[in-house]
Amino acid sequence: MLYREAGQFKTSYSADQQIFPILQDRYGYWVILAIFGVLVPMLASEYWLKAILIPVLIFSLAAIGLNILTGYAGQLSLGSAAFMAVGAFGAYNFMLRIDGLPFLVALILGGLAAAAVGVLFGLPSLRIKGFYLAVATLAAQFFIVWVLVKFPWFSNNASSGVITAQDVVILGYHFDGPQAKYVLTLGVVAALALAAKNLVRTATGRAWMAVRDMDVAAEVIGIRPMRAKLVAFAVSSFYCGVAGALYAYTYLGTVEPEGFNLDLSFKILFMIIIGGVGSIMGSFLGAAFIVLLPILLDNVVPAIFGNALGAGFASNLQLIVFGGLIIFFLIVEPHGLARLWQIGKEKLRLWPFPH
Amino acid sequence: MSAAMAAENTVAEGRRIGDVILDLQGISLSFGGVKALTNISFNVREHEIRSIIGPNGAGKSSMLNVINGVYHPQEGQIHFRGSPRQKMDPHQAAAQGIARTFQNIALFKGMSVLDNIMTGRSLKMKCGLLRHALYWGPAQREEIAHRRKVEEIIDFLEIQSIRKTPVGRLPYGLQKRVELGRALAAEPSMLLLDEPMAGMNVEEKQDMCRFILDVNDQFGTTIVLIEHDMGVVMDISDRVVVLDYGKKIGDGTPDEVKNNPDVIAAYLGGGH
Amino acid sequence: MQFFFEVLIGGLLSGVLYSLVALGFVLIYKASGVFNFAQGAMVFFAALTFVGFQEVLPGWLGLETGSAVVFWLAFVLALASMVVLGLLTERVVLRPLVNQPHITLFMATIGLTFLVEGIAQGIWGANVRGLELGIVDEPIEWLMDRSGILVSKFDLFAAAAAGVLVTSLALFFQYTRIGRALRAVADDHQAALSIGIPLQHIWGIVWGVAGFVALVAGMIWGARNGVQFALTFTALKALPVLILGGFTSVPGAIVGGLIIGASEKLAEVYIGPMVGGGIESWFPYMLALAFLLVRPEGLFGERHIDRV
Repeated sequence: MLYREAGQFKTSYSADQQIFPILQDRYGYWVILAIFGVLVPMLASEYWLKAILIPVLIFSLAAIGLNILTGYAGQLSLGSAAFMAVGAFGAYNFMLRIDGLPFLVALILGGLAAAAVGVLFGLPSLRIKGFYLAVATLAAQFFIVWVLVKFPWFSNNASSGVITAQDVVILGYHFDGPQAKYVLTLGVVAALALAAKNLVRTATGRAWMAVRDMDVAAEVIGIRPMRAKLVAFAVSSFYCGVAGALYAYTYLGTVEPEGFNLDLSFKILFMIIIGGVGSIMGSFLGAAFIVLLPILLDNVVPAIFGNALGAGFASNLQLIVFGGLIIFFLIVEPHGLARLWQIGKEKLRLWPFPH
Repeated sequence: MSAAMAAENTVAEGRRIGDVILDLQGISLSFGGVKALTNISFNVREHEIRSIIGPNGAGKSSMLNVINGVYHPQEGQIHFRGSPRQKMDPHQAAAQGIARTFQNIALFKGMSVLDNIMTGRSLKMKCGLLRHALYWGPAQREEIAHRRKVEEIIDFLEIQSIRKTPVGRLPYGLQKRVELGRALAAEPSMLLLDEPMAGMNVEEKQDMCRFILDVNDQFGTTIVLIEHDMGVVMDISDRVVVLDYGKKIGDGTPDEVKNNPDVIAAYLGGGH
Repeated sequence: MQFFFEVLIGGLLSGVLYSLVALGFVLIYKASGVFNFAQGAMVFFAALTFVGFQEVLPGWLGLETGSAVVFWLAFVLALASMVVLGLLTERVVLRPLVNQPHITLFMATIGLTFLVEGIAQGIWGANVRGLELGIVDEPIEWLMDRSGILVSKFDLFAAAAAGVLVTSLALFFQYTRIGRALRAVADDHQAALSIGIPLQHIWGIVWGVAGFVALVAGMIWGARNGVQFALTFTALKALPVLILGGFTSVPGAIVGGLIIGASEKLAEVYIGPMVGGGIESWFPYMLALAFLLVRPEGLFGERHIDRV
């Protein structure tokens, strides 16, 4: 079957407002979900599941969170990792302190805790914009990590704030192997990605984008910029929080506050710049790119240059490649990989004809 | 113009100019010592087309900004539909049925034409965050109901073919039209238009004039218009107020204003 | 009380270093409207390049290690590197992004930060280096004898260097033809172009001056704490300094730096013990945040009116 929309006529507005208006895309979506939900866990090696697929999914979720705030609502944040930390430590404490709390509830509560903290640090956005706000989010980044290190209550009195995630049990089933953890992560991420897509295509998302593009005009047609911004901070932090909780429970198992540092925040920012600012799809592409690139560099560089250059060279090369790519994408393709994907699809729609 | 929309607005036949709905008394506005408006009083009647003219820097846009609450005047009273207004923000003005367009197009550049006009329906949409996230039942029905309304406006403005185009890619004249569409989507009772025809060619101006007259005629929308093209202003306005250096120098029907010596002086530069 | 003054003066003097980094931000921002997040990385680059040249020059030219010739040659070469880096940044990164939203330019300079750090360490290696300026870090004796307050000679030297730098910059901007052109450019690019000010030329000079400031800051800082990657994090504290002082004000950068320096040391000493210490890591940011809510335009910035 060729990739075409010819012959697919829309007879109602609901048909026109679907996420995938083209039939082949709708099928494609289910096929991809089936592949990643059923085939991949059966076939992928433990290394792929643990070191690549699970982190890619988790970072995708965090990138969606940052994309909601930065890509859709236009509020730059350099503190995403701190909100992930709130989610991780939040979920941990809810599990620890409430007996028999179901995991998924703890996950949501962790996300809500992050959302609350996010709103608190989003308050300055009501008065300041642009890089002023970026600096304000640095306050969140440093303050939150400091609090989690200095107050042992958050880590149940563990030294330097290290926590070990409890076992994940849902309805009596133990999610302990990499397969099970992967499937659980995929489920949570897929559901939340769908919710994010719904948010950005309805009135909530339009309010965010309106505030991003021109806040005075938004206010004049009856959108409340303050409300839209705070909602964006809350939702964004919720997504980062859930991603942080998954980071602890299905990826690393043991985390410390210092792990959620400024570098991680930058990494998530790079994911959305490379993947596509203002695109849910782009969040996945960017996360995959940023997770895979260092692995690729680690494998390719020694193959070409041998081991003569040493380990320091690889990490510097990574800095250079990341920095260079950010600049390259911002100049050449500011909508990132998501835009390239879209262009590819438009080409495919016409293929094999040139126009 | 869709039949359904016309039928809803019974004011249609024989546009009757009604009572004063907006009354401004002694408005003065300054920015850190620089006076933008000095002691200006005028009113707007229901269903009329009221134009504000004057040379550049006369304070016309400031006047619109005062009316819809973007700026707060230091002195003077504003009565809208009989009740006095204190410090009001633009959002409240929107809730009272005042919509506007801007001198420098203020569309949401990253969004499609459809989404831009949909934002005009914001005040009428009630569903919350969770329902949007699930896109279930009421949220979906609401989106579709408002989409229907927006499609009527798209038909009215004859922009069907560009509904999914990002507005940033549209030529200037079409952007102005989309901006009018966004304001109309709010179904305002009063529409403030800030130079809707600036930078347009003759054909585009004619189209825009037609839309403005149709809106006024068929929906009974009161219109406050800032425009530099005197031909257009004298042609379509019911009453005209003239500003110069933040002061009012003339007010009346187009004919009265045309013959006002102060206005002639201001426009010919004789007065200064 | 004596202890209080000691902490205060120590804080003020370390604040001078923040001021120097912030000064680089302000210069670029005024001239090109770009918030150069990479300024901290450039300070690191400058310091590393300087010590790097100091290490390799004796070998290349057969000079005596640590001699004045090597010092000044390394200084000139590092300065030249900074100018080249600045011009390249302007040409390759900023010019293609002209007319893009501020947020895009800002993100580009974050990318630049990584690029510059990677290049610096790629060329000179990542190990911590000492930097010798020939001023010892010991208390001034007569002040200690008179009042009992300990003030380091080195800190005083740093403050004096900063003072000279700022004064000469202020004079340069106020009284030279280039300075006037620069202020015109900062005010309105288009208008400046239309009266025949060569924009490229001016930007070149600004990046050169910003590079010079970064080099001075990097040398002083490196001499104090060693030239190491951590420098880039400390340099981030120039950001709250800018919020306090305003992005467009040279005196603002200086005063802001002093306030941040003094308050973080005082807070660490007096509030820190109550909450477990280490509050220096976030205190400047929270202070700036609180300040923003009261006066968003900064101490010396101008209030901005949105025109629609």
